[in-house]
Amino acid sequence: MSDENLLAALGEIVQEATGIPAARVVPAASFVDDLDIDSLSMVEIATMAEDRFHVSIPDSELAKLKTVGDVLEFLAKAGVPA
Amino acid sequence: MTSSTDRVVVTGFGATTPLGGDAPSTWRALLDGQSGAALLDDDWAADLPVRIAARAATDPADVLPPPRLRSLDRSQQLALVAGLEAWRDAGAPDVEPQRLGVVVSSGIGGLTTVLDQYDVLRTRGARRVSPFTVPMIMPNGPAATLALELSARAGAHAPVSACASGAEAIAMGSDLIRAGRADVVVCGGAEAVVHPLPLAAFAAMRALSSRHDAPAEASRPFDKQRDGFVLGEGAAILVLESESHALARGATRYAVVAGAGMANDAHHIAAPDPDGVGAARAMSLALADAALSPTDVIHVNAHATSTPAGDVAEASALRRVFGNALDGIAVTATKSCTGHLLGAAGALEAGVTCLALRDRVVPAIRNLDDPDDEAVLDLVRMAPRQIAGGAALSNSFGFGGHDVALVFTEV
Repeated sequence: MSDENLLAALGEIVQEATGIPAARVVPAASFVDDLDIDSLSMVEIATMAEDRFHVSIPDSELAKLKTVGDVLEFLAKAGVPA
Repeated sequence: MTSSTDRVVVTGFGATTPLGGDAPSTWRALLDGQSGAALLDDDWAADLPVRIAARAATDPADVLPPPRLRSLDRSQQLALVAGLEAWRDAGAPDVEPQRLGVVVSSGIGGLTTVLDQYDVLRTRGARRVSPFTVPMIMPNGPAATLALELSARAGAHAPVSACASGAEAIAMGSDLIRAGRADVVVCGGAEAVVHPLPLAAFAAMRALSSRHDAPAEASRPFDKQRDGFVLGEGAAILVLESESHALARGATRYAVVAGAGMANDAHHIAAPDPDGVGAARAMSLALADAALSPTDVIHVNAHATSTPAGDVAEASALRRVFGNALDGIAVTATKSCTGHLLGAAGALEAGVTCLALRDRVVPAIRNLDDPDDEAVLDLVRMAPRQIAGGAALSNSFGFGGHDVALVFTEV
């Protein structure tokens, strides 16, 4: 999966969970400040990402994922093929 | 600000019901005597003792954006649809958030979410349980959903009294305005429990009709052949407003909330007091609150669920209150068409009563082929009936012995 594909997949998840257009899900976007995503939706996004990418996102890690780029980086480190 | 002599008026009405996706289509269908009941053809219903229900005519999934659906129980989705319609119908009042209140009830709450998420817990584990589960199941969920949507900061309440909940919400909304704690209150009820467990549970109480060969004829209040109610779902929301506030902004007024009365049978947890003493007390209190006498009332929207015991107990209570004046009062039973919307029923019937006063016409009771001899009432049958101007009373009773009566008058 290329970086673009990973980003697109994450965009789809965010759009499905929150209705925010996938096009706004860019690496620099902050979930809270730019996308206005609340903590409950963030938990749901994490769960959907776990299912989609076959990874585990512990709560301690979730708290550190402030931007879309943070998630992409986490997924890369977790071994999700870029 | 609301002055103490101000009347409380209805300035908006929204509903999503088994008869239609909004209040006007519901009202037209009621006047046409249509039924919202149907046989359930879902696989899960196949082995149930009762397979009749009256589902919302318009699925909220066809109206609300998908992300809203994910975080709201179906009862909250219906409340949002009806609430937004009521708000638009009222002309989206310009009111300070601190002077806007919400009172929206549900009789049962987010039960289908409880059951669905328990399935998730058992089959997929705790980490897959939706983070929205708690806000979706809490009984104040529909009220909180509308408060959030409308930025209503004068307080959001959810009085729960089973099938009287929607009416109690309107009584409480009216009280908030009378007490000067709000200028505008969005109030009503929402219910969505067409699901195997509630159907099995109500059937276990022998409360539901099992007229499977003719589901549209299953809900037949006051008819000799009635054998129980039909489980319905939907929401109905009214916008109440102090009259001075409504007049200042040139709002259309449907009717006046003239009075409310509440009592409890303290007789049995589910069965009505056969003498209807509590119900009669609620009606008398409502009339006294409105400073009206029984002869001022021209129309009654009965609670009348189509259960054998409940309908005659209500008839007895009506006679107790109105005496001979009852013979000239046009009585209807909305549930003959809609089925029983439980916590939304009282709100829907309050709204319908206001429309009857506005249009001066009372819908007929559907399926009333052979009136029960024990229900000596002036029942509106076969066709809608024109009425003169005046006052109208709407009854709502609930398991737990709850009795609520609301009195409305023409503007």
